[in-house]
Amino acid sequence: MAQSTLSLDRQALLNAEKSRYSARQVANQFVAGLLLALTVISVLLLVSIVLVVATQGLSTIFPTVDGHITFNTDYFTKTGVPGGSTERGGVLNGIVGTLEMLLLGAVIAVPIGLGTAIYLSEYGTGRLANVVRFIIDLLAGLPSVLVGLFILLTLINSHIINNSGLAGALGLAIIIIPIVASSVESILQLVPNELREAGYALGMPQWRVVLQIVIPTVLPGVITGVILALARAAGETAPLLLTTAGSQLFLNFDLTKPMTALTLQIYEYATSPYDEQHGLAWANALLLISIIAMISAAVRYITRREQYDS
Amino acid sequence: MTVNPTPPVPVVMDSQSHQHSVNQKGAALSVRNLNAYYNNTTLAVGGVNLDFDPNTITALIGPSGCGKSTLIRTFNRMHETARNARAEGEVLLDGENIYGPNADPVRIRRRIGMVFQKPNPFPSMSIYNNVIAGLKLNSGTGRHINYDEVVETSLRSAALWDEVKNKLKAPGNSLSGGQMQRLCIARALAVEPEILLLDEPCSALDPIATLKIEELLQQLTDKYTLIMVTHNMQQAARCSEKTAFMLADEKRIGHLVEYSLTSEIFTRPKDKRTEDYISGRFG
Repeated sequence: MAQSTLSLDRQALLNAEKSRYSARQVANQFVAGLLLALTVISVLLLVSIVLVVATQGLSTIFPTVDGHITFNTDYFTKTGVPGGSTERGGVLNGIVGTLEMLLLGAVIAVPIGLGTAIYLSEYGTGRLANVVRFIIDLLAGLPSVLVGLFILLTLINSHIINNSGLAGALGLAIIIIPIVASSVESILQLVPNELREAGYALGMPQWRVVLQIVIPTVLPGVITGVILALARAAGETAPLLLTTAGSQLFLNFDLTKPMTALTLQIYEYATSPYDEQHGLAWANALLLISIIAMISAAVRYITRREQYDS
Repeated sequence: MTVNPTPPVPVVMDSQSHQHSVNQKGAALSVRNLNAYYNNTTLAVGGVNLDFDPNTITALIGPSGCGKSTLIRTFNRMHETARNARAEGEVLLDGENIYGPNADPVRIRRRIGMVFQKPNPFPSMSIYNNVIAGLKLNSGTGRHINYDEVVETSLRSAALWDEVKNKLKAPGNSLSGGQMQRLCIARALAVEPEILLLDEPCSALDPIATLKIEELLQQLTDKYTLIMVTHNMQQAARCSEKTAFMLADEKRIGHLVEYSLTSEIFTRPKDKRTEDYISGRFG
């Protein structure tokens, strides 16, 4: 008897389930469709930005003159000209400034960021490490204008350093450090503990385990983390605006003097009333995207090939 | 115990300078009142006293959670590499306490090698570099080492040479599971330990690869003292000369229950709990 009651209950359950089935299917398809629509929006946004930047930028770097596509060498070899000038200006000083400040910023920040990441992942234990982690996350999420503000109001206004490329590089370094530290730390955490143990079991001291087993195992990831941080810094405007803002008209290689940068030029030219300068802003945007994409691609290619030494 | 049909692989000696000595012998290991803790205060293994004979295989058996892996990891001070883990008591390597005040864990691990449950070759290194990793990455040796020779000797000792001699530059993790485990054994042998600890070395391998490793371990007793954790009682019975049986008590603290000749343990166990375990009543 108990058997038949049970199967009756089961039958009732199954019937109830059947009526809910179609409703569930509809709900399922609705959610899937909604998610797809949202995905399409995000992809469309990105694609349209890249497309507009590419077409506008290309039309400045490769302008069409009399129906022929030409190459605008002035863009790469000249500095800015005053708005409304008949001369064609370029952004050489911005390219130089971005490269120099990024390089110096990286030289300052990458060792500090890597050291922090390695310490946290391999040596840091307990509460102190968690506090450091929290601070780094906070620093990574800091609005970058605060970095510029800090350098301007503390270091520059008290004449410790000038309004200069150096100050700009310092700003970029403060942007780079927490990104490198947190991304590299999470990559180092991916190394299985068995590999560390294998090293210890061979009688390796910890620093050799870290440098010669842990890091090589995830070297492509470490390099990618560093590059992403540099790419982020290359696109920063606010810390430079408040610390280094140099003239668009003069070329300057000297880091102790004010410098301009590709992003500063975008800001300046985009807010000017002249079409030609708008074109330079688009071209700079395209150049920044291209540089970042090329560096990432090159790094990926190199690290993939050299993953296994012998 | 399996009788090994193939004689031990002869060790090729080309150079006097090389350290692999035909006369190398395994060391004896004695354990006195050993307690191992996790989280500073949680006792995982308590009051172990054991004497391991040189140039034999000793098996540590017991059900999951009895502390056999914890125990073997105290023998080369690997246990303490886990956070807040520590051990107290004495482990005497040829009479010298590896927990003594002047003992250096790094040096001890060069004398007491270890092979792990999961084959763990370094994925960033070639087969060749995996074998010499322990020699090359040890700081302060300063001696001149003929790496080619070490690689060949170690891989031959690990019965892997013929399978990999033509692809020494291939990545260490490009091999099969059994080959990787033999590579890990070769890597451990290259630093010339006196004792080799094996923590369930075959549990991730198929039966054929397991058989190969077991044969290899038999050969290695010529030069090394082997201590092997296994959850496979047949493996203990096949390979080992002596067997230690461990069990966790109601407080989940692992203890040594019985230790004697493998033939005794498996035929005439003295302790009721040993008998229950080997006859498959639990575990």
